[in-house]
Amino acid sequence: MTVEFTSPRDAGCPFAPPPALRAAAVEKPLSRVRIWDGSTPWMITGHAEQRAILSDPRVSMDEKRPGFPHLHAGNAAAAEHHPRTIFNTDAPEHTRFRRLMTFPFTAKRVEALRPAIQKITDELIDAMLAGPKPVDLVQALALPLPTLMISELLGVPYDDHEFFQRCSAIAVDRDAKPEENVNAQLGEYLAELIMDSPSEGWVSDLAERVRTGEVTVAEAAQMGVVLLIAGHETSANMIALGTLALLENPDQLALFRDSDDPRVIAKAVEEMLRYLSIAHHGLRRIATEDIEIGGEVIRAGEGIVVALPVANWDPTVFPDPERLDLHREARQHHAFGFGIHQCVGQQLARVELQVVYGTLYKRIPTLELATGIDQLEFKHDKLAYGVHRLPVSW
Amino acid sequence: MKVTIDQDKCVAAGQCVMAAAEVFDQRDEDGIVVLLNDNPPADQAEDVRHAASVCPALAIIIEE
Repeated sequence: MTVEFTSPRDAGCPFAPPPALRAAAVEKPLSRVRIWDGSTPWMITGHAEQRAILSDPRVSMDEKRPGFPHLHAGNAAAAEHHPRTIFNTDAPEHTRFRRLMTFPFTAKRVEALRPAIQKITDELIDAMLAGPKPVDLVQALALPLPTLMISELLGVPYDDHEFFQRCSAIAVDRDAKPEENVNAQLGEYLAELIMDSPSEGWVSDLAERVRTGEVTVAEAAQMGVVLLIAGHETSANMIALGTLALLENPDQLALFRDSDDPRVIAKAVEEMLRYLSIAHHGLRRIATEDIEIGGEVIRAGEGIVVALPVANWDPTVFPDPERLDLHREARQHHAFGFGIHQCVGQQLARVELQVVYGTLYKRIPTLELATGIDQLEFKHDKLAYGVHRLPVSW
Repeated sequence: MKVTIDQDKCVAAGQCVMAAAEVFDQRDEDGIVVLLNDNPPADQAEDVRHAASVCPALAIIIEE
């Protein structure tokens, strides 16, 4: 019987990938999987096979190709109208888009943001400690931190932070009304900011590229919106879900609480990324030629779904994958994907998580969950996995 | 160890710099890889091999 891609997770083990997908992975590194429209594309679960597929030029991300295994009905209907972006093009077209987005994220530039990230983190924790408890960690820290950080990176003036934060909150609010089109509002806001000859942050770089004719104002503003949307909820989920995982594994939490060694903290963050693998929606691709892999042949025109969390729990690469082990060598994980579409903001995410995990439990060593783990609502149906709320006390 | 890089393939993920900062750097304007040392000493060899293995674009080639 063909496995359903949206198989449920085990209620008693909310961090593990769905048991049905893991069971399929034990049998074979790739197998057929059923998705929302009843079609049965290939699901890649093996770690080595994911590397091979995601770096294979015969594998396309062009959602306009017939047979593409869309994420949901909405995307299937809208695909032909989507503008071409880094999210639906292949090399060499993709290369141009990608290179316009990479410059704020060099290791050096991101490292230079560390003091600002530390300051934002400390201020949010100060406010938490001064306020009532229990408090929802998602609202108090996990969501505002990435928003403030992206404001900083973009160069959004301080006076506009509140507007920016409000738009970001609406953008990820599942109860938001469709008429509150915050993407458009943010796009307009960023376009104005870019045209206003800014002197700081990514917007000043973008303004320069608009002047030289490399990009239009609209394209530049759109990239800013993409950055915000992609970098906001993902980081927030890692902060809140990560804190939950650490509270459930106090011996591991102790490492972040007790260590001041940046190398130890950095290594531990890689394991958090592996263990949680929040990008659980399955990367979508399509074969443009026949591809022999793992004893099977993926035919040209067949869809491919890459189940990142399953490969991050591949026991041949990560022994005892169900164990959160912050001393583990986990850098080979696929939490950011692999291949030319690998997360463009990954170094920023790393520094951010190093700062947050390395600070929160030192500042609040008595942090505890203020509800039962069985009372928490998990984001099963969202692009990025996480918890909707995380009530904590201390 | 002889290291070569393919700047056309590079997608500026920054993985190589995180793995071996003495051997790899990034261009300021777009993050594309810059090779600082094409013949790294033995004590950096393991980091360089690791950099090649985590490069998502397979843009680092090593000859031992």
